Amino acid sequence: MKKKRSGVLRPEGPDKLRGLARYVDDLPFPGGLHGATLRSTVPRGRIRAIRFDPDFPWDECVTATAADIPGQNCVALIEEDQPLLADGEVRHAMEPIVLVAHAERHRVYEALGHIHVEYEPLEPVLSMEDALEAKVPVRAPDNVIKRISIDKGDVDGALAGADVVVEGEYRVPHQEQAYIENQGMTARFEEDGTLLVEGSLQCPYYVQKALVRAFALPKEKVRVVQATTGGGFGGKEEYPSMVAGHAALLARKAGRPVKIVYDRTEDMVATTKRHPARVRHRTGLTREGKLVAQDIDVLMDGGAYATLSPVVLSRGALHATGPYECPNVRVRACMVATNTPPNGAFRGFGAPQTLFAAELHWERIAGALKKDALRLRRLNLVREGSETATGQVLHESVGARDVLEAVVRRGRYSEKKREYARWNRSRRHPSWRGIGVSVCHHGAGFTGSGEAFLASRVALALTRKGEIRVLTSSTEIGQGTIAAFTGLAARTLGVPEEWVTIERADTGLVPDSGPTVASRTCMIVGGLVERAAQRLRERILESTGRMPSTRAEMVREARRLCGREPALRVEEQYTHPPEIRWDEETYRGDAYPVYGYGATVVDLEVDRTTFEVRVRRLTTAVDVGRALSPRLVEGQVMGGVTQALGYALLENADYHDGVMQNPQLTNYLIPTALDTPPLDVMIVQRPYSRGPLGAKGVGELPMDIPAPAVAAAVHDATGLLLTELPILPERILEAFSSDPAHRQR
Amino acid sequence: MTRLTVNGRVRVFRGHPFTRLVDVLREGFGLTGTKEGCGEGECGACTVLVDGQPVMSCLVPVCQVEGRRVETIESLGGLERLDPLQKALLEEGGAQCGICTPGMVMTAHAWVRRGGSSRPAAIREALAGNLCRCTGYQHIVDAVARVVRERDRRRGDAKRPSRATSRTARRTGRHR
Ligand code: FES
Ligand code: FES
Repeated sequence: MKKKRSGVLRPEGPDKLRGLARYVDDLPFPGGLHGATLRSTVPRGRIRAIRFDPDFPWDECVTATAADIPGQNCVALIEEDQPLLADGEVRHAMEPIVLVAHAERHRVYEALGHIHVEYEPLEPVLSMEDALEAKVPVRAPDNVIKRISIDKGDVDGALAGADVVVEGEYRVPHQEQAYIENQGMTARFEEDGTLLVEGSLQCPYYVQKALVRAFALPKEKVRVVQATTGGGFGGKEEYPSMVAGHAALLARKAGRPVKIVYDRTEDMVATTKRHPARVRHRTGLTREGKLVAQDIDVLMDGGAYATLSPVVLSRGALHATGPYECPNVRVRACMVATNTPPNGAFRGFGAPQTLFAAELHWERIAGALKKDALRLRRLNLVREGSETATGQVLHESVGARDVLEAVVRRGRYSEKKREYARWNRSRRHPSWRGIGVSVCHHGAGFTGSGEAFLASRVALALTRKGEIRVLTSSTEIGQGTIAAFTGLAARTLGVPEEWVTIERADTGLVPDSGPTVASRTCMIVGGLVERAAQRLRERILESTGRMPSTRAEMVREARRLCGREPALRVEEQYTHPPEIRWDEETYRGDAYPVYGYGATVVDLEVDRTTFEVRVRRLTTAVDVGRALSPRLVEGQVMGGVTQALGYALLENADYHDGVMQNPQLTNYLIPTALDTPPLDVMIVQRPYSRGPLGAKGVGELPMDIPAPAVAAAVHDATGLLLTELPILPERILEAFSSDPAHRQR
Repeated sequence: MTRLTVNGRVRVFRGHPFTRLVDVLREGFGLTGTKEGCGEGECGACTVLVDGQPVMSCLVPVCQVEGRRVETIESLGGLERLDPLQKALLEEGGAQCGICTPGMVMTAHAWVRRGGSSRPAAIREALAGNLCRCTGYQHIVDAVARVVRERDRRRGDAKRPSRATSRTARRTGRHR
């Protein structure tokens, strides 16, 4: 699809910069209809009737309800509990009920206003605490979607014997992915009955799986193509299956192509968010500050349907201890169902929630022990040979200490801490200043045996024209898949990057490489690209003795190697290393093949009058094994930490009656260039022997780290420990006023 | 009927005079380089230049640009050639998913052209009306600063103080 020119960071970049890249709404769409969705207005109820105003010209429109679904009415993912269109019952506000298509976009929205749904309201459950109490059952049998337990050693015994026990409770809210391109999908049926959908998505084969089920079609008859995608961050992992199903349903009825593109409000109010969570810690330590027991309770709100929640909970639970070694650990994690729009994948996938608690808890511990939080971390951080809560021994590529020391030095943590203590004593200064640190780990790739089940595939093809094509369903969503794979294939083959192209993510052309999630693209799929390239290289060398060095020579050899075929193709499939073992039942073993590590120092000030927080500087170090392209890694880290700053300080999804009240970029604020401080990123290289050229995953790690460091820095500045995100000025004000003992410095 | 100049060419739009400029450009004239991210003047993805000033085309009815000069992303660089700003953004890593990019480029282009400074803080102010969820802005700021410095070197007046201030930042007022 795209050629990479030397010195060009991204092969697809020039088209993006010229405005030539085609996102779903830019695709030519002759003769198509615009689709829109009528959604529920109550959080829970039975649908009594759907009425269409008789005086509206319905013959101009196409409409569809659950009755029109040819296959199973579900968005197939982990469980099959979520309908494509509500049928008889709604379980959350904004649940899709009726679809309408019209040739003119404004008319379709007008039509929605002429459909009326009558409900018999049922009592909803709107908070995770209420869900857990289960007085009102909304999901059989006990409102629980998933529970996970991790046990190591004897927690009760260790707590009883600990010198100190420190308790704390932490809360994090919903967070919206806020990719700048809203969800959108086109669908049409081709003459041979093939359903073709093209749109904004992360995981073409997830969409295919859902459509196969809903339309009762064989796999070969469902073709899913990714258009250029304007950001995903997890938000385009599951929901595109819903949008694609809707567009396809209308297209099937209309006999014409249909496009559904959400506007910002619909996208924010209806699609998935990061799960809100409450995390409780009870930690036993020695007087010196060595961990002896971690007792952790995690509660997350899954919303009305399961989506990917069980896996989010799993990752949350597995990261709940933070990157520390502790002989006795108990994690009890629970995902409950509420009558709110389902939550789902978002960069970090459960880990930012539990890591916020784990990291900020060190501030409490430091207070209780009267010791510096940095010193305490140094005492307990994992190192090579450490054993995690699941009994995994970390054999290699453990950069936790390196990243911590790197940011402490570069961020001048200790000097600033002293300097700000002096600054804060003077009442003449308009602000308080503070500095905070955090260090996190992030498991790279799927949890447990996930990768073994996925058995991802990648192919490389040498065409008769001497072109090398990489065939993979891993998608480019801004993170640099095309650049990374181009570089990897070219380097391994020993050819210039211009000879390599990446095939577009089209289920009709590329094998299933698994979903583009979980920081797995570079490490797992990249590993397959590398292996396929090695094999292709061997095939070429066998026949020619050396790698062609000119294009003409390559074309000659390619013709010879291809024989009568259009291309010589090699395919690689993931095989799970037998020494990586995981027991899903007991949650014991190697939870992830390896972990990335990152640390951040946040330097900020809090205005003494307005309580506004301004981050002055953010210093981050990451250990991602070997960085295949340092500039791309830096870009990922900068984007991720900025989203985390939004999570920490600005992004406040306001839920009432089970629905987001501020679904606009006007009132759900994400960081602007002014809210974002200068970002300093260091890459610490601790190569991982199984990763391609030593690489581990990078995508999610930066989202985990900054929020607890921000809260720690606010603590340092004001003396207030704010344990709930986001840290808005009004929360700081509230904390000051509800804490009369607090001396106004 | 509305007459306007788009990328140097006089064009006529025959639809409703209150049609949003973004729709006129994208659907009327097929210039899909201009993006829509929010439709409410918050994200800046739809930014185009009207008489040289950055404007959110989702907020402007086409009748308001009657007789005026509109520039879109399609006016920059050529098919095979990137404008220096596009080139700098590409090299510095200022475009990831690319959806904010056309709007960002147009705002930055206006900044460079009207003599904006290379001070990162000033550039951040100028770009404050353009949201980017991917990059964290640093690489974008770096790229713009680089282009401004190149511009100043070319003009041989690197020390000339900048006069331009940011309209977008004043408008949004989201930061002190
Ligand atoms: S689309 Fe115009 S500002 Fe967002
Ligand atoms: S590059 Fe994706 S929003 Fe800016």
